[in-house]
Amino acid sequence: MRLALILASAIVAGSATTAVGYAVADDGRAPKPEPLGPETVTVVVDIEHSQFLPSSVRVMEGTEVRFVLSNDDPINHELIIGPPEVHARHATGTEATHPPKTGEISLGPDKQGVTTYVFDEPGVVEIACHLSGHYDFGMRGEVEVVEAE
Amino acid sequence: MKRQSLVKAVGLAVPMALVVLTAVPASACGGLVGENGTIQLVRTTTLAGYTNGVERYVTAFEFTGQGESVGSIVPLPDVPTTVERAGDWTLQRLAQEVAPPVLSAAAETTAATTDASGVEIVLETTIDALDITVLKGGGDEVGQWALENGFLLPPDAPEVLDFYAERSPVFMAAKFDANRAAELGQGAGDSTPIMATIPTDDPWVPLRILGLGLEAGRTVEADVFLLTDERPELLAGGPGLTLARSEAASPLLLGDLRSDVGMGWVPPTMWLSYLQLEAGAGQLDYDLAISADPDHEPSIADAGVGPASIVPVAPADAGWALWPLVAGVSVAAVALVGLATAQRRRSATRAVAS
Repeated sequence: MRLALILASAIVAGSATTAVGYAVADDGRAPKPEPLGPETVTVVVDIEHSQFLPSSVRVMEGTEVRFVLSNDDPINHELIIGPPEVHARHATGTEATHPPKTGEISLGPDKQGVTTYVFDEPGVVEIACHLSGHYDFGMRGEVEVVEAE
Repeated sequence: MKRQSLVKAVGLAVPMALVVLTAVPASACGGLVGENGTIQLVRTTTLAGYTNGVERYVTAFEFTGQGESVGSIVPLPDVPTTVERAGDWTLQRLAQEVAPPVLSAAAETTAATTDASGVEIVLETTIDALDITVLKGGGDEVGQWALENGFLLPPDAPEVLDFYAERSPVFMAAKFDANRAAELGQGAGDSTPIMATIPTDDPWVPLRILGLGLEAGRTVEADVFLLTDERPELLAGGPGLTLARSEAASPLLLGDLRSDVGMGWVPPTMWLSYLQLEAGAGQLDYDLAISADPDHEPSIADAGVGPASIVPVAPADAGWALWPLVAGVSVAAVALVGLATAQRRRSATRAVAS
């Protein structure tokens, strides 16, 4: 019976939470943020629990983005930016680390780093970590490049 | 330690393990990382016995016979006083007890030191080919120590280590030395049983750790035996656990266990609980909270989730899943009785007035 009381409380709490969630939920079509650029911009990306935060960014065509990364995890990570062929190469590559260069950087535990990338064509550019298992775990995101007006 | 007054609570330990190091196929009571980075799953079997405020956690590490070294990291509910070689057949005897048909040496260091990574090393010992290190620290510190000591941490490790460190910052790292295993004549399939003696009053059994490094769709299977002074109440943070047996342990079982190496602590009477875990790794984000004290409920926090996710663990035929219906019917019945009583009173009042 004591378990039942706990569960009753739990379900009540759960219901209340759900109700609040519905009350504030939108239709999933929140307006997209204004694209960054076209001047050089800095985007701060935190890595925590093997996730990029934020995992999506909007920029204007031709924008150079300076990614400032902070790895808050006790394990190694990397950030690779580029078209599909770049990701395919890193997904099967054998390089343990990448020097900070355009669109590629490796980060040790609790390390910070910077890499830049120019998004010169409209479309979607993937960002990802290709260390073993990290991509499948969900360590990926995208940069939406908006055509210049 | 938390809740000192919880005298009869079931202390608990961790079924298992995880992480592994150098790309080597070796097992750690539940999972291991193979050379190609995949996890090979082995069904985990553990015993957590709790009596007189002390938990004895027994498990076995299996060596798969290849590579130079492998290891696992196990979260513990508290700091162990000793970690030693366990008896050779305790786990097998327990498995035999619940198998259908149902019929009836080491050099040890305990002085705490602080590692460069920031963890406190509270115990180091060697058991056969296993190097055991008990660590105390936050998730980041333990993860950094693991990396520095050759462990390969999968991408979910940071979150899982934080998950456990928030409740108990005590971890046991076990690392197989393949060269020493060869010297000892150990080969593929040989296992080393270990027993950690843990004074604790914090009753929880880590389960989430079993899914570490596994793809979300992989099924995690484990056998968990509990021996407690009293019949425990069990609370899980999600579905997937089945209480297959819950009964007073037979004198024959307890006598057999007591006769194994290091098992003299087994008292004359205990309650045996046998739980089977079968859950997808992606759904295994919870632990098992336990209380054997009639005056205390299992802690929801120790189940590792919020109150909305908890699931009581009871025998399959106990009917616990029907409790909301029973509760609802009870409430309705009480309301009807109340209404009927009020109606009778009103009728009686009208009769008197007339």
